[in-house]
Amino acid sequence: MTVTAQITKPVPVPGTETSVPGPAPSRLRALLPGPAAGANGAAMYRRWWLPWLWTAPAIVCAVVFGVFPFLNTVLLSFTDAKPLGGAASFVGIDNYTRMLDDSDFWLATRNSILYAVVVVPLMVLLPLMLAVLVEKNLPGIGFFRSAFYTPVLASSVVVGLSWQWLLADDGLVNTWLEKAHLIRSAIPFLSDSWLILLSAMGLTLWKGLGWYMVFYLAALGNVPKELHEAAQMDGAGAVRRFWHITIPGVRQAMMLVGTLTGIGSLRVFTEIYMLGSSTGGPGGADRTLPFYIRDVGLDPITGNAGYGSAVSVALFALTLGLTLLAQRLTKEDES
Amino acid sequence: MTTAVEKRRRLLPRWGDYGRPRELVVRYLLLFLVLGLTVGPLLWQLLASLKSTSEDVFGADATLLPHHPTLRAYRTVFDQVPVWSYIRNSLIVVALSITSQLVFSTTAGYMLSKPGWKGRKAVWVVLIASMMFPFESIMVSLFISIRDLGLVDSLAGVWLPGFVGAINVLLMRGAFLAVPREIEDSAMLDGANEWQRFRYLYLPSAWGAIMVVVINTFISAWDDFLWPLIVLRSESNMTLTLGLSRLQSSSFGYDQRMVMAGSVISVIPVLILFVITQRWFYKGVSSGAVKI
Repeated sequence: MTVTAQITKPVPVPGTETSVPGPAPSRLRALLPGPAAGANGAAMYRRWWLPWLWTAPAIVCAVVFGVFPFLNTVLLSFTDAKPLGGAASFVGIDNYTRMLDDSDFWLATRNSILYAVVVVPLMVLLPLMLAVLVEKNLPGIGFFRSAFYTPVLASSVVVGLSWQWLLADDGLVNTWLEKAHLIRSAIPFLSDSWLILLSAMGLTLWKGLGWYMVFYLAALGNVPKELHEAAQMDGAGAVRRFWHITIPGVRQAMMLVGTLTGIGSLRVFTEIYMLGSSTGGPGGADRTLPFYIRDVGLDPITGNAGYGSAVSVALFALTLGLTLLAQRLTKEDES
Repeated sequence: MTTAVEKRRRLLPRWGDYGRPRELVVRYLLLFLVLGLTVGPLLWQLLASLKSTSEDVFGADATLLPHHPTLRAYRTVFDQVPVWSYIRNSLIVVALSITSQLVFSTTAGYMLSKPGWKGRKAVWVVLIASMMFPFESIMVSLFISIRDLGLVDSLAGVWLPGFVGAINVLLMRGAFLAVPREIEDSAMLDGANEWQRFRYLYLPSAWGAIMVVVINTFISAWDDFLWPLIVLRSESNMTLTLGLSRLQSSSFGYDQRMVMAGSVISVIPVLILFVITQRWFYKGVSSGAVKI
């Protein structure tokens, strides 16, 4: 590694154009033909439509499958459109008034917010601790890092299946707990609505650990080693060094992870679908907002895309609110 | 001056260099504990898929290791369930996504990295705006668009909304910006036209970013569940994740070995990709893609 780095390192030769210091445009530009071969360089020789041609697919995708669907969602939320087509009529704010009176909507909102409240702090701290654990270059550490990353690679469905069997009444967890005489009868992880929600949160955490561990590893590299050494000499233990040196050193990364996991928590669907079955827990008690949107908006028979869109707007508002809150907290933290 | 031998000896690590022994023991104990917690469930799935029907997967009598390892469950799952069709469908979506993402994110990223054309800022704003909306909050409207295009229950409908992601365009733009201008200038002097400069100068320099795009696209297309669940209807069009989730709830559910075999099959391609491209994998994380 170090050998190749030495070879590829450019050797400055005095007098060559590439090593001329100073701002672009470089000296070479002056040699180019054309009236004003200056700051714009290649742009002088490019036809005006060429950039548009090259960026067109990206623009089309961003507009047709990003910006337009959102505007359309807002429009649809004032209609009673059906997911499979047919005439739709304007219903004013009916969908929104219905939403405010809909106890299932509030239940889904509560579940989503609760999800964020529980998952965010844990997802900010646990991967950081894990990153500290694998940061030091010990023999075999590469293996551990890769192994901790594997849950990220498996799809939520596979991971969900695996947890389903682990947490079943006669699954591994209950069997072991019974063998250890910690419990008398099986814990109903997959039939009690609260336990389903908690298990799903656990699944989200478990699947995200490796991802954010790698994220933190990059941030930990910026914490000065001297601080740790100095603190160690002063007799500070591992726990105190973690709280007083590591955490302040990776504050920014923690704020970012908090924001990302907060937004991610509001997007949870598959975990609930796998652990709480396709109904979203007993009687739909564990449905999150995306789950609820799919149920009310996209069901081929009973679905109402208009109402589903109203709930979608609520989900977007919640996401936006969370993002703005995170931004404000980050700013306050910096000042 | 130290001799070469002394130098070499000092380069070789000794256990004492890694810290106090007690700390080292605690570290490794924790490492193995987390290893059991993270890989354990997946490993258990693999081991259970190798069990024969005479062995219990669940319950008090179930053992961790299979007594008579057999691939019978894999044969059954291929015989009784259209796994090949699931895999083919998933691969089609993956191949379409990777191709379109690669072609369009590099071309758009390249032009966005170039100054001096009108409308560049506007394109930038549109791309950033499109990333603001979480998929779940626009999926109803997306489904209606796909329906109007007549793509419900088709693999094209699964692929189309993600044919090029703004995040990948931004990633490629960043990689192209890092290419020194002087190199481009000398290529121009040599008479290389725009396409040639893009193809032979910029693309090879952005190899790392290209790998990140490929890997992220592969994983998200292969593991995606919610959107295929919304778009696809018939068994013959289902992707692997969809087929797996149905396997569990269907009448096959009683033979968990089979479902576990299916899970193992679905993880293998991603694992292989991970082993081959590990070093770019980690880069993808720090490039700021949103994921939970």
